[in-house]
Order: sequence, then structure tokens, then C-alpha cells
Amino acid sequence: MKLRGLRLDSHKSRPLERPIRVVPPPATLVLALDQGSGEDALPVVRPGDSVRTGSVVAAASGAAAALHSPVSGTVREIAVRPTPRGASRCIVIENDGRDDPVAPAAPVDWRAMEGTALIEHVAAAGTAGLGGAAFPSATKLALARAADAELLLLNGAECEPWICCDAALMRERAADVVLGAQVMLAASGAQRCLIAIEDDKPEAIAAIQSAARAATDERIEVRVLPAVFPLGAEGPLVAAVTGREVPHDGWPPQVGVVCQNVGTAAAVARLVQDGRPVTTRIVTVTGSGVKQPANVEACIGTPVGELVAACGGYTAEGARRIAGGSLTGRSLAGDDVPVTKGVNCILLATDADLPARAAEMPCIRCGDCATVCPAGLLPQQLHVAARSDDSAALARFGLSACIECGCCDYVCPSAIPLTVRFRAARERQHLADLERRRAREAKARYERHQRRLAEQAEAEREAFDDARRRARGPDSGGR
Amino acid sequence: MDAALAQPPHVIAGFTVPRVMFQVLGALLPVLAVQIHLFGLRPLLLVAVAAIVALACEALALHLRQRSVRPSLRDGSVLVTAALLALAVPPTLPLWQLALGATVAVLLAKHAYGGLGQNPFNPAMVGYAVLLVSFPLEMTRWPAPGGAWDAMTGATALDTLRTGLRQSYTMQEIQAGPAFGHIGATGGEWINLAALAGGLYLLARRIVRWHIPLAMLAGIAVPAALFHVFDPGAHASASFHLAAGATMLGAFFIATDPVSAATSDRGRLVYGAGIGLLTWIIRAWGAFPDGVAFAVLIMNLAVPLIDRYTVPRIYGHSG
Amino acid sequence: MNATAILAATGAVAAIAAVLGGVLGWVATRLRSDPDALVERIDALLPQTQCAQCRYPGCRPYAEAIAKGEADIDRCPPGGETTVHALAALLDREPRPVDPQYGITRAPRVALIDEDRCIGCALCLPACPVDAIVGAPRLMHTVIAAHCTGCDLCLAPCPVDCISMVAPADGQPGRAAA
Repeated sequence: MKLRGLRLDSHKSRPLERPIRVVPPPATLVLALDQGSGEDALPVVRPGDSVRTGSVVAAASGAAAALHSPVSGTVREIAVRPTPRGASRCIVIENDGRDDPVAPAAPVDWRAMEGTALIEHVAAAGTAGLGGAAFPSATKLALARAADAELLLLNGAECEPWICCDAALMRERAADVVLGAQVMLAASGAQRCLIAIEDDKPEAIAAIQSAARAATDERIEVRVLPAVFPLGAEGPLVAAVTGREVPHDGWPPQVGVVCQNVGTAAAVARLVQDGRPVTTRIVTVTGSGVKQPANVEACIGTPVGELVAACGGYTAEGARRIAGGSLTGRSLAGDDVPVTKGVNCILLATDADLPARAAEMPCIRCGDCATVCPAGLLPQQLHVAARSDDSAALARFGLSACIECGCCDYVCPSAIPLTVRFRAARERQHLADLERRRAREAKARYERHQRRLAEQAEAEREAFDDARRRARGPDSGGR
Repeated sequence: MDAALAQPPHVIAGFTVPRVMFQVLGALLPVLAVQIHLFGLRPLLLVAVAAIVALACEALALHLRQRSVRPSLRDGSVLVTAALLALAVPPTLPLWQLALGATVAVLLAKHAYGGLGQNPFNPAMVGYAVLLVSFPLEMTRWPAPGGAWDAMTGATALDTLRTGLRQSYTMQEIQAGPAFGHIGATGGEWINLAALAGGLYLLARRIVRWHIPLAMLAGIAVPAALFHVFDPGAHASASFHLAAGATMLGAFFIATDPVSAATSDRGRLVYGAGIGLLTWIIRAWGAFPDGVAFAVLIMNLAVPLIDRYTVPRIYGHSG
Repeated sequence: MNATAILAATGAVAAIAAVLGGVLGWVATRLRSDPDALVERIDALLPQTQCAQCRYPGCRPYAEAIAKGEADIDRCPPGGETTVHALAALLDREPRPVDPQYGITRAPRVALIDEDRCIGCALCLPACPVDAIVGAPRLMHTVIAAHCTGCDLCLAPCPVDCISMVAPADGQPGRAAA
């Protein structure tokens, strides 16, 4: 399996010069129902309700994990607000500052628990993929259990430039990561755990290795990977560590692997230590636009502006706000956008950090994009297919396998915004698919309708004939 | 906020098409230097004339197509076309014929199909082929190196070879003639060495990738070596073929034009090998002394087919 | 030229003709296009609204008419330009705009029953070609919006005009690209 990708400047050293600092809970928290996975959790509170620290405010649903209040206070409103993924319905909570917990801290006796019961615990705590996807961790663990996955793969690769929250976590809280790995091994039924870390994080590697030794658990090992973007994405990571490929229409458990982020493991460790749900996360605040770049631990729902303020505020240079790294991060609308479970980094980038793109030129089919595509695609061919919206060609060249990592954009000498085009093409294809499915269903219902009308007509005719025969009586044949 | 900046990725490498094109032009300098050394300053004049004509045609075409002229002129792609054409033709070619070739290359082969990135055929080779069939005499007479160019034009080594073989001379008799040097043609072998040097520079800078040049050289050398082993009297050796004609220029600068080449790694191997094989076939049995231009154009025709059957396996998709 | 040569040439050409003719005949029988298959392929390109604006009682009958050559490909307003182009490509014909005599192409809509005014007459139930209306005599009816194709066929039978066509709610099929 060929590892394709980019070797990039990591830009990670500055925030790692300082320890993780804790941002105090703000006066008002905005809890986005879409925590980063693209689906909304179901709110279970109403405006005016009072909540306590750790109360459930929205229930899990599909790809959305349960959501808990990080503070005690009052629900002010449930309204659409700007979020890192654009906009979503949000539960706005006024913090009363008392931090009144819903239940006293109590450790979970996880060693005595069944795997399925542990998974329920993980689900109830609102544990979601803290690497960025925010997919419910319990769902993945349950899938792994059902598929008898043998390997728990903890993702500490953190391949994208600027982001270093996982590196900071592994340096400072390595024991939590290892404990979380043990709990998730028990929950998933996997036999061994590999913690994948890229070779540009020697301190994190050393910290995790010594924590694993301290835990005297032979099932847990560190796997050092080359620092190549996007090795931290799920598909490339599974391939890099195991040599197996996740089927394009399947899940990692189908090849015996369950992937979890190291931050998620630490969150699970905290859950079993004191029984508290996931209400905080570590966020990298970095870029030349902030005075003291650092990793901060903040409540879910804290506005980005508060994070910047905790890091000394903005520098004089104007900065763009990006949630995530320089390759796949999303631009933020403003300072009031809240942190969600999927936000690993707030990049405050000046023009010097991220120079403007050159003007777009025609594709010269140089194929540089294909040499870096981790999915083995031919972006130059997809580009042509996307331009003409040719469904057959888009399918043949594997649009659905695109992970939108941005590598093709990065190397394109013609500065073509390929990733944006592919995402748009994918959306159009998705709508066309929906339309086709709808037409197929309408056709089936129409055929049923026609059949039923024909059967009814037949039945009526027979009934009419019967009635006529009976009316004529037995001797009518002599007429 | 700029709309383009709002979408990921937020940063790109910034290695642009103009930089690619100027690196290619730089890599052509050794070829130009050797030609100047062999034939005097006339090759430089040819390059200059071709460049001016090509730039003028590019500007005209862009103007007629109502595109912005300046950025496209600056991208350097038209200069690469002009330089390749000027370095591929004999230095003795009348300037008006060269100008005609450059015009055909830019207007017909490039802009008639939609400009940069859209041309199915290599523009320089279209220009070359049009000149070759229009002015066969002027296009096949190369000056003897070192001499006064206008006095001592003669047939090239490849041409002599073919004519000689037709007249049933043996290889040894033919290669004793003045057109032959140590391994290839007298001057041609130095031009090929210069092109090889420029090509290796492009490989080192990753402007071109190894698939097409290697496949094309193998496509020439393997059949040439086989036939030379079995019938050395009637077939030139592989080393002669590699050092004669436009072999190296073709392998590193012409066949590697990405726009008109196959686009996947496997496709490029097929494409390059096809060009090499066709070049050798045309040299051995065809009606023209050198086959690179026609081999490239024929394989350009086959690119959509090659691209269709060489899509690489996609991650997570079996087979 | 002598007679033998002429005979030989004629014989050779005749033999080639016979062989090729045989091959062509065999291919023609093996690869005969199945008329039903053509109807299926045309039907697959139609939007399946079953709206009968083409003057045929549904998409399938229209597909059969196209296959037989009775109807042109410009009769489907819900499919619009996209459908005409797809049909033109399939049948190797020149695309043309939808004939306005059969209606105009417009944004997708769904039927909505004003449940206060519905008298439960059940007349709209058989009219719906895709069974998207649920109800029974003397009970209020309602439209399953996800099943409704927006064909308008339920409007005419309703004696109290309580059905209106509205834009589909967000999240329903047919919404604009996000």
C-alpha cells in the first residue's frame, strides 16, 4: 500500500511551549446541536428550564452524540446560530456561576462491567470523536463489538499543520490516554491497541510509551508513523498501520479495526474516573493573529472570542479565523461562533501565515494531484468530469472515495480549487441520486396503483356478472 | 472576506504553471548551447523568430477569443512550444517556413481547441509535422557541424542510414560515412546528450516524472537491440537510435507535454512505450527519416483510449 | 484479363459477401433490440411524476408511445430540459425545448389538503397515481408529502377545492441544492 500525501511545515511548536491552560466557563454558552458530524442532537430542554452541570440538554440521534450542559444555569433560548460548520440550532445557556452538578462525582467500576454496559456508559456521556468528526464513539465501539474487531487504533497522528491539541494532551495527560485505551479495549472487545503518533512528536511518543509501561498493559503499544498529511484521516491511517483498506462503502470494523482519537480516549478515562460527561475539550489557539498561542481546555459552547482573550487577545495584524487546520479547516463567521466537540483548533491566520492563492489557470493535466492523492484518485480527470457534471465519469473516477483532504489543491500548479469543486459535485450527485430514488419509488407506487385499479375493475365485472346471472334465475337459459 | 479564501484548503504550495514552463525553458538551454556551438548563431535566431511569432499568434488568438491576454502570455507555455519547434527543425530552415510552423502550432493546434490545457495534440509537433510534409527537402537537410552552414548542408545520419539500407549497403559501409559520429550522428549525438542533461535536470526538479521518458527510451531501445542482435547488417544498434535524431528531446521535452499525454502513471508508461516503439518503426521502415513527431501525434490520438483503460485502483475499491 | 481471373475475383467477392452476410445476420438475430427493453430505458429517464401532462395516462404509457414513434420527446414538462436531453441522447435525436402546449417546467411542488375544509369524499384517492393520499370516506384526508410527485391530478376531482400545491418543505425531496 503506497502512502500518498504531503510533507508540510507543521507550525506546531509555539502553542506547545506553554502548558494547557483552562479557560473559565463564560457567562453565556452556545451549545450547537450539530456538534461537528453534520446531524443535530434532539433537544430535551425548553427555554426557561434550569439546568445543572452535567444535565442532558439534547439526546443522541443518528450521527449526533448526546449533549450535556457544562455549567449550571438557565436555558435562554433554542435558536439558529453561526457554528463552525455554518449554522445550526443551538441551545443557549446562561451560566449562573454556581457550577451545581447534577450528580456527585463517582468513579465507574469499569473493570467489573460488561462491554455492552460500558458502551452504554460511553454513549450516555455524549462521547464523540474529538479528532474533528464528532461521530458518536459508542456507535463505533458497538460496531467493533458486532464485527469482532481485533484492533483498537488510537489516532494520535495529528497530521494537519497548526493543530497540536492531541500532542499537548499526550504530553500532559498520557496516563488518561492509556486508561481510556484500556476502557475502550474492554468496551469494544478488541485484543490489542496501537496508539499511532507521527514522528514529529517525540515528546508525545515518549510520554505515551512511559505511561503504557506504567500501566503494565502489554496490549497497548505505540506505533510511530511518518509525518505525512493526511495520514491522520481514518482510511489512510488504517492502511498505514495495518496495510488493510477500509471498503469504500464500509466501516473500519469490517477490516477488524476500530479507530478512536486519543482525545476521545482521555475523555473516556475522565468518564470512568469521576462519572462526568464530556463537557470540555482541548483546543489549539494558534496563528500569528493571536498574542500567546496555546492549547486551552474550554467548555463546549464557549465563544471563540473568549478563547482568543484567554491567549492574550488578537495581535495588531488582521487575522482570518479558521476552525481546524490550514488544509481542511473551515472559515468562521465571527468571534461568537462556539466551540463544539469537533473543534480541535482555532487558527488565527494572517496573510503571512496563509498567503493568498494565485489566480486559477487551466488544468495542464500534469498529474501532480494524482501523485499526492491518498485515495489513489486522478483529480485531474475528476476535475473534467465535475465541470461537465458527468455522473458516469464521476463514478468511474471514484468521486465517492474523495476524503476532501485538500492535497490536490495544495500541489496544483494551476491553483484550481479542486476540493471545493469536488464537494459541490458530490452534493449535486447526492441530490440527483435522491431524485432518481424518488422517481423509482414513485414508479413502483404507480405500478401498484395501476395493478390495484385493474384488479378492482376485474372484481367489479365479476360481481356484476354474478348478480346478473342470479337475477335471471335458473330458468333464464330458455329465453 | 475573499470568497475563495473562505473554502479549505486555505494554503497551497504556490508552485505555478509559469514556473513549470520557465524551468522547462531553462532545461532547453544546453540543447540551444550545443546547437550554437555546432552551427553558429543561427539556431538562436530561429528560437527568437519562433518565440516572437508564437507570442504574436497567442496574443491574437486570445484577443479574438476575448480572453485576457497578459496573464496567458506570461504563463510561458507558448514559449516552450516555440522553443521546441525551433530546436527540432534544421538550423538552415528558411525563417518564413519556421514562422509558418509556429503559426500553425499556436493557432491551429492550440487555440483552435480551446487554448492551454485543451489541445489534444502536441502543438510543437503539429507545427513540425506540417513543415515536414510541406517542405520535405528543407526539413531533412542538416548542416555539417562546424562548417559554414549555408555551404555544407547534407542528409542526416538517419536519412543516410535509410537510403543506404534501401540500396543494400551494410551497416558498416553506411556508418563509415561523414554523417556518423561515435555513437549516433556527428552533431546529433551532442544535441542528444545536451537534451539528456536538460531532461535529467527536469527529472531532478520533478517537473517531469520518469514514466514517459523511460518508457519511450525503452520503446526505442528494446526493439532496436533485438533486431540489431539478429540482423546487425540491416539494423542500427540501440545506442545509435538513442543518440540519433530527436530521441532525447522527444523523450524528455516533447512526449512529456502533460496536456496531450496520458495522465495516470500506468497510462504514461503505455503512452511512452508506444511513442518509442512507433519512433523506431517509422525510422526502420517508414517513409520519413525520423519518427518522433509522428509517433507523438499518433499516440496523442490514443490518449483518450489509454486514459480510459488505465484508471488506477481507488482506495477501498477492490479490483 | 482472362476469364479465370474474373471468375476467381467474382468468386472471392461472393464468398466474402456470403460470409459477412451470414455474420451480420447472426449478429442481428443475437443482438436484436428488445422493444420492451427500449421502453424500460425510456421510462427510466422520465421523472415518474405520472402527471399525464403528455396526454398519456402515465410515464410508462408515454415511454411506450415514444418507443413506437407515436410521440415526440418534447412532452414532459416536469422533466424539463434535462429529460429531453437524456432522451435525445438515448434515442440519438436532436434535443428540443419542451412543447409549451403540454405545460411549462416549474419548481417541484407537493399537494397540501386544507384539513379544515376537507369533507372526506374520497374522490381524490383513486385520482392519485402514486397513492400518496391517505384517507377513507367521511374521514379527513392527508397527503404524504414525501410520496407526492406534484402531478396536480388530485385538484380536479376535489368538490370543495381544498387541495393546493405548495413548495416542498425543507428536507423533502426536490428542494434546491444546499
